[in-house]
Amino acid sequence: MGKRPAFDEIMGMDGDTPPRLPLAALGKWLADTPDDELRRRQETAETTFRQLGITFAVYGDTDTRERIIPFDIVPRVFLADEWAKLSEGLVQRVEAINAFLDDIYGERRILKEGVLPEDLILGNPQFRPEIAGMRPPHGIWAHICGIDLVRTGPDAFFVLEDNARTPSGVSYMLENREAMVRLCPELFREYRVEPVDSYPDRLLETMKSVAPRGGSSGPVCVVLTPGHYNSAYYEHSFLADSMGIELVEAADLVVDDDQVWMRTIAGRVRVDVIYRRVDDDYLDPLVFRADSMLGVPGLIAAYAAGNVAIINAPGNGIADDKAIYSYMPEIVRFYSGGEAKLPNVETWRCREPQALQYVLDHLDEVVVKLVDGSGGYGMLVGPTASRQEIEDFRRALIAEPHRYIAQPTLALSTVPTLADSGLSPRHVDFRPFVLTGSKGVQVVPGGLTRVALKEGSLVVNSSQGGGTKDSFVLMADGQRQTQSMGGMTQSQGFGA
Amino acid sequence: MRLSIDHRTVYRFTAPQSRLVQMLRMTPENSHDQTVARWRIDVDCDATMRRGRDGFGNAVTMLYAEGPIADIEIAVRGEVLTSHSDGVVRGVREVLPPAVFLRATEATPRDPAIAAFAAEVTAGAEGPVGMLHRLNRALHERFALDRARPAPGLSAAEAFARPAATSRDLAHIFAVAARSLDIPARYVSGYSIVEGSLRPTPHGWAEAHVERLGWVGFDPCTGRSPQEESVRVAAALDASGAAPVAGSRLGEGEEELDVAVKVSAAQ
Repeated sequence: MGKRPAFDEIMGMDGDTPPRLPLAALGKWLADTPDDELRRRQETAETTFRQLGITFAVYGDTDTRERIIPFDIVPRVFLADEWAKLSEGLVQRVEAINAFLDDIYGERRILKEGVLPEDLILGNPQFRPEIAGMRPPHGIWAHICGIDLVRTGPDAFFVLEDNARTPSGVSYMLENREAMVRLCPELFREYRVEPVDSYPDRLLETMKSVAPRGGSSGPVCVVLTPGHYNSAYYEHSFLADSMGIELVEAADLVVDDDQVWMRTIAGRVRVDVIYRRVDDDYLDPLVFRADSMLGVPGLIAAYAAGNVAIINAPGNGIADDKAIYSYMPEIVRFYSGGEAKLPNVETWRCREPQALQYVLDHLDEVVVKLVDGSGGYGMLVGPTASRQEIEDFRRALIAEPHRYIAQPTLALSTVPTLADSGLSPRHVDFRPFVLTGSKGVQVVPGGLTRVALKEGSLVVNSSQGGGTKDSFVLMADGQRQTQSMGGMTQSQGFGA
Repeated sequence: MRLSIDHRTVYRFTAPQSRLVQMLRMTPENSHDQTVARWRIDVDCDATMRRGRDGFGNAVTMLYAEGPIADIEIAVRGEVLTSHSDGVVRGVREVLPPAVFLRATEATPRDPAIAAFAAEVTAGAEGPVGMLHRLNRALHERFALDRARPAPGLSAAEAFARPAATSRDLAHIFAVAARSLDIPARYVSGYSIVEGSLRPTPHGWAEAHVERLGWVGFDPCTGRSPQEESVRVAAALDASGAAPVAGSRLGEGEEELDVAVKVSAAQ
């Protein structure tokens, strides 16, 4: 595995060459700062995270134990032009996802025109007939998308997975940056880095922009959490806090007369926008799972009546389903009229006999994924798998081929990472966050970089030994420096 | 036929409820063979009602009531004119493509025993309509009709292993069987005068989708297609999706449900 040539985002194509030119100063910083000093700063950051109680689970992660994700002190950097190009691709993809959802629960043009096989959608458990024909306020479905990307070269980005339900991890983007500003201020003097601390404001603005029409005073927005047992509870409370809006549980909300109300000490307050971190199944016991204690009875009726915006909209699972993923290039083409600017990773659909045969013949080379799995479970990484694991997957594939897709193992880019033995390249992926409101689509200049801490490992999931890094997006020449230093840590109330 | 319906549902709670939210699917709609002449829903407490539609296109009425509520009676009364249709459903608002109704649900899971039964009884039948009629008759003959209220949470697979089945169970088994033959099928709730019924109950049957003909009703309780004696109200993947009442209450205690339905041919 280690022999595979990988693009190092700081050091270039081969770890021994000098750093990529715009990153020479970062290379020098890495060379000049003793490992012990880097380690000391890293430990300081982790201590802060532990004190804050940041726990976090990537979507679908089923492990709910309290746990912090290891933090790596070496940032990952995007150059301004790289970012500009990437952003175009992200905007196009997210616009297509929204158009797809609007179509699939409405007219279903994409099926009528034969672009997608009908059973792929209509037979898919993620297509929720319970909400068919309902349209979210302003026609926006995926307000917050996390698009998981991998990189194999300076300009070679591939989408690994779309997250159009409730992508988590944004609190890591913010906390990692705060730690970096505090612990490595010299980097922010050297580089003009796009600030990410405006994320809560941007999110709130997005929420307000999709409030149903006709509100007299400003729209009331809330964050709905399943409660403090949820592994991402920290993020829920963090986001509510930093947006200055209420964090509520289902019991705090009531639906009356097809309107949603929040119980407060001062009486009922009408709610216009709900950022829910509760899965569809548990949203409304009258429509989805009847045994749900986390849901709000009548919420879907209020939504159907157009009286509340639910962020993200119910039913979105059909857009980020792994079985749909392989059709994303067709979906983007259908709705945008052009080729996808951000390509998919080549994907074999095991439901197709020829593809299945290829995958079975190359199990030791490919990555096999369960269509309905996530969080790095139900996944085979051929090149590093044991013979037993390969044979187990072979049997599973033959038994239920439609449940699997396979992809080539990519030479994922690396970033120098502080390992026990010192700085060493480790594979990374990236989750940028894309917000869609009634005024358009915006890409947050930053994101969540996940790093596989084990040498040679390609699995970045937090549940499988992954860590995180800060992600710098450099400003274009001529852009004004707006990154605040030092004092910024006080602005969010988490100062050391 | 002019059918007069008087359907009362009473919920009694062992402790007063502070709040009640219910979704009622109790409103029939006009179609080619069904004309709603008169229809009203009344509740015996102070409640707000809002009309809307669910994802399957069924008319729903949301009912919101503030407590304390010790009991609530929902009275549905109306008159519907029906005509003979041979079970073929025409002029009904369809919002989802038939292929959606090939999917399994918790109450209607894929089941090898039901699939084997379906394959066996339909062998040699001519065309999908012939197959479906055979299936319908075979289910009618195989099960004794259980007129008790359906056991909650019983799936079609579990019901299939029993000697007697309720109308809901039979319709579920029919749907699972038809889907195993790659024919879209769904559950329909409504009102019906079932032959030999001593005590009127809300009724459930099945519909299957046949190319060129559209949706066709099948009632395994009678072994025939529903005729003029039936009023069609709601359709979904299974009985829970078409339930006349989906409810949620806020308060302690147990609830007791009492349903009395009178469906009769008006003079």
